[in-house]
Amino acid sequence: MRRNIPLIITFITGMVLILGYFVTRGPLHTLYESFSDYFAIITVFAFILGGGNLIKVHLRRIANRAKDWRYSMVTMVGFTVTLIVGMFKIGAPGGWGAAVVEPESWLQFIFDGIFTPLAATMFALLAFFVASASYRAFRARTKEATILLVAACIILLGRTPIGGWLTGWLPPELSFLDLPNLANWIMAWPNTAGQRAIMIGIALGVVATSLRIIFGIERNYLGRDE
Amino acid sequence: MRFPEALKRLDRRIIFLLIAASVALPLVWKPQFDDHATPIVQAIYDRMESLPAGSRILLALDYGPSTAPELDPMAVALVRHGIRKGHRIALFTLWPDGLGQINKITDDTIRAEFPDKRYGADYVNLGYKAGGGGAINTMMVNLKTMIPADALGALLDSLPMMAETRSLSDFSVIVSLTAGDPGLKEWIQFAGDIGGIPVMGGGTAVVAPELYPYYPQQMVGIMGGLKGASEYESALMLGYPDTERLEMAATVRMGPQVVSHVVIVLLVILGNIGYLLERKKSIRR
Repeated sequence: MRRNIPLIITFITGMVLILGYFVTRGPLHTLYESFSDYFAIITVFAFILGGGNLIKVHLRRIANRAKDWRYSMVTMVGFTVTLIVGMFKIGAPGGWGAAVVEPESWLQFIFDGIFTPLAATMFALLAFFVASASYRAFRARTKEATILLVAACIILLGRTPIGGWLTGWLPPELSFLDLPNLANWIMAWPNTAGQRAIMIGIALGVVATSLRIIFGIERNYLGRDE
Repeated sequence: MRFPEALKRLDRRIIFLLIAASVALPLVWKPQFDDHATPIVQAIYDRMESLPAGSRILLALDYGPSTAPELDPMAVALVRHGIRKGHRIALFTLWPDGLGQINKITDDTIRAEFPDKRYGADYVNLGYKAGGGGAINTMMVNLKTMIPADALGALLDSLPMMAETRSLSDFSVIVSLTAGDPGLKEWIQFAGDIGGIPVMGGGTAVVAPELYPYYPQQMVGIMGGLKGASEYESALMLGYPDTERLEMAATVRMGPQVVSHVVIVLLVILGNIGYLLERKKSIRR
């Protein structure tokens, strides 16, 4: 029974959401609209589950003095302070009745003064590692690697105004060799073809997995048999 | 130490210094590069231009502070354009940290540059909603189930520009600026394809290649990275000469991007010269 009831719920919900999309009126479509409304409520529970899981994982790491447990302490302090400040609107000029995103509130300060610079710093570091990795790893070792190398250099130069400056002097009959044109061609043709192939493959995988879940063939989401 | 050996052993700190200098110096001397909108970016500008004044635009800032240097200039340019055309803009985000970006755009661009525009009538902050594609799906069916109130807690029914909206179909166009999932892809799949609402937007240089397959059938146009933003800014300055006096962030930031790209290409060439010399030597042996 513990397995059959979730399977029945999944089957009915899945079928209603699939059929309700194609049937645009009647009770089936009303049910489809209601299920869409429930989504707004279910997402709230996802927050509680996500927060609960974060606390569980990091408290365990701290309790066991696991490797790098001090980082877990930082995570827990950051999580708790932000949660309390946001939930109880501490430091919000308008008090309890004010919006959580009110300017000059403590939560806004945490976002502007701590989160924004930290996130920007982490992302900015990427430029240094990309440059170092390009120098060491981007080698014309094989034919395929050479094609990748040439394409990368064309995109790097063609996606900046200097690309046009470098090859802008070419006569009109050779304009296809203009770096911005070459970069656009790479993006519009080989890139699009590759991306479409990946996307169609993923979409087929999603359809197959969804059908397996709806018809109860795939049951991993129910957890282990106890 | 011989040349190939020196290239092989080049200290990574030298590379880091080169990159730091290539980003920092152009920010000081601010070189200007002329840019023009490519068709894929011009299509976004033209769509904004072709909408009648007063059209409702949903501008989804689906990114956080880490990618703001690339995507904020797009948001600013779109807001400047939209408000100049008399459109009404609803700001929204599918990213929890996108709420801070909305506040930044609202305070630094809308309130600072257009003080006569009224909140609730000309623009609105719809805040953040979790759920990605699922949230968009619900908004397609019933917008006010998902977003009963704006980010400041005011009921949507009390805001003139939102009172009559029932679903996403009441927006003339959806613009998403995205740094990943959920983002523009979800807006296309769950709103554009299903509701027939025109969808367009921008993405970081990393994300943009994944979005090209949707152009032009499912997506009006896309701004790819800082270059895309710079192209939009140049189209805006061409169409609205009064914007030339404003600071155009992407145009300014193209300097560091140009120099750093050239430095990376030179490093790649240098690395390959070292590799080829080394290989030649080993073949001789």
